[in-house]
Amino acid sequence: MAVISYREALRAAMREELKRDDKVVIMGEEVAQFNGAYKVTEGLLKEFGPKRIVDTPISEAGFIGLGIGASMLGIRPVMELMFWSFSYVAFDQIVNNAGNIRYMSGGLINCPIVIRGPANGGTNVGATHSHTPEAILASHPGIKVVCPATPYDAKGLLKAAIRDNDPVYVMENTILYNDKGEVPDEDYIVPLGVADVKRVGTDLTIVAHGRAVITSLKAAEILEQEHGVSVEVVDLRSIRPLDEETILASVRKTHRALLVEENKPFCGVDAQVAYLIQSRAFDELDAPIHRVSSIDAPQIYCKRMEDQQLPDVNRVVREALKVLA
Amino acid sequence: MAKPAVLTHPESLKRPAGPSEYAKDPVNASMTKAEKIALYTKMARIRHFEQRCIRIYQQGKIGGFLHLYVGQEAVAAGTISLLGKNDHIITGYRDHGHGLMVGMGMNECMAELTGRVTGCSQGKGGSMHYFAPDKNYWGGHGIVGGQAPLGTGLAYAVKYMGLKGSCLAYMGDGAVNQGAVHEAYNLASLWDLPMIFVVENNGYSMGTSQERSTAHPGCLAKRAEGYNMAWDVINGHDVYEVRAKTALALKRAHEESKPTVLEIFTYRYFGHSMADPDKTYRDKEEIKEYRDKKDPVLAFEQELLREKVLTPELSLKINEEAMAEADKAAVFADESPDPTVADITKHIYWEEDNRGPDTTSRGTIIFE
Repeated sequence: MAVISYREALRAAMREELKRDDKVVIMGEEVAQFNGAYKVTEGLLKEFGPKRIVDTPISEAGFIGLGIGASMLGIRPVMELMFWSFSYVAFDQIVNNAGNIRYMSGGLINCPIVIRGPANGGTNVGATHSHTPEAILASHPGIKVVCPATPYDAKGLLKAAIRDNDPVYVMENTILYNDKGEVPDEDYIVPLGVADVKRVGTDLTIVAHGRAVITSLKAAEILEQEHGVSVEVVDLRSIRPLDEETILASVRKTHRALLVEENKPFCGVDAQVAYLIQSRAFDELDAPIHRVSSIDAPQIYCKRMEDQQLPDVNRVVREALKVLA
Repeated sequence: MAKPAVLTHPESLKRPAGPSEYAKDPVNASMTKAEKIALYTKMARIRHFEQRCIRIYQQGKIGGFLHLYVGQEAVAAGTISLLGKNDHIITGYRDHGHGLMVGMGMNECMAELTGRVTGCSQGKGGSMHYFAPDKNYWGGHGIVGGQAPLGTGLAYAVKYMGLKGSCLAYMGDGAVNQGAVHEAYNLASLWDLPMIFVVENNGYSMGTSQERSTAHPGCLAKRAEGYNMAWDVINGHDVYEVRAKTALALKRAHEESKPTVLEIFTYRYFGHSMADPDKTYRDKEEIKEYRDKKDPVLAFEQELLREKVLTPELSLKINEEAMAEADKAAVFADESPDPTVADITKHIYWEEDNRGPDTTSRGTIIFE
């Protein structure tokens, strides 16, 4: 078991899948010669050559659409978006074409494409580069969305996504790229739609995804050390498909739920999770469900304020104590 | 049941006589008599299928939009008649003609229009979303220009797999102002893809004439020069010319892996869709002029009569059979069952429809 970074885990996933299947192609802005805007694809051009690792012009609607078309004929493109924020100029391709082609063709055509890249705030780059579109995209049947929080999950989910026969959108986080963790040396995947209990507890369930998992784990530690509270942290890992049973099992055990995400609150992923809990475990609840999301405004540029706009450890602890009161 | 007028109506005799100057082009001269009759038959079938569609639409059996191809048949017929096993096509929402040309049956096409489970997309796509990937037909796409990048991806895949093939992406004249089309032009040229962009210029993007919608350097195809691409313009009322000039673009794709933009001048006789009353943006006289003097199906019929490939009797028989086939398809579409409520949630995800130990997805993916 090697200890590698989240970035290296993503790269390892792509390298292994490039070796396993010659239909896998890596494509995106600056992924080849430049070695990746965030160095995720570093070294892949040297190892696999320009047929497999392809630099694109700044033309998201064009090259994402091209990848979707190629996937219909059996190529398995892994497209990098420098930021998921840039997906908005390719929305027709990402939603209308990738998401609907199987349905509208009555199952005749598949779209085995992966689109990956960072989707996060907290990097002091302002509103246009800080979008977290997992809830927007997951609201479209036909699309799958995953948000890994650890190197192990990043590698396993990306490998599963590349092997999946449907469009899978992998939302990473630049702040996590240097985080390190244990990753097995042997081949493995993390199936889509399987949540992971990252910390076992008995008094409160925190449901989170992406970097909010890391924030929640830190908060859980403080809650235990300073308040004597045992917190269970459920990492969704996958937004659609969603592992409803793991969420419900945890809530049935702790009887209290706090939902944490870096999205803005309106129609966030946790709105769906809250609905799930109240509809299927209402009688199990000893307190109302609470949420911690980003403060509801376009992402602020000022670094000091942005850190407060995002869910931070203090806010999660404060809100957890309210649920426990 | 009243039958529409047979194509060989007296008006056709008013057409300026004379053979197509492309009749002797090798790609046409090499056609056998049977191939020419088959091509004419396909054009007549498209015409009669769609004329039958009008009646079904007027009976209220077709929902949503119905974008007719009547008047434009020579474009799909001429281009698709040249394609081989590694040549692919994709188009916008005016997609019936292309479907029939690649060999889709009238039954599955008609049943899709009336939303039946026997339709080509099992009633999930409708008029704008025909697909037949087994015949290299990748749709049928509803958003103007959105199919151009997809088609470029098909051409990319053909090249990636080392096949000698191509992709033809059809669009209307309105699509040339969409960003996705320009991005596709750039990628196709930048990466030397075996791609043919076919601009079916019928003069109107919905109700807006080309003059009111598009700045261009003399013709729409010439915009290709901005992307260092070859281009040509074609009289889309002459199927021989469509074939002759498309063959050159196909050769460029097959031999040099280079893209081309073809602008094919054509005309639609009906509104943008059946929802368009067609009263605000063009004169009835203009439509009549095209119908009477430039009709592509009649023109090819006259051509083949002159060549003595067709006889009036054979032409009548072909048209009557096409009408009868369309009538039967209408009955089939009427009598076929709807999809069920359970069908609504099928064909969303491959992994869900095929869930098993080997699939990569678990958990809830269809929500209540």
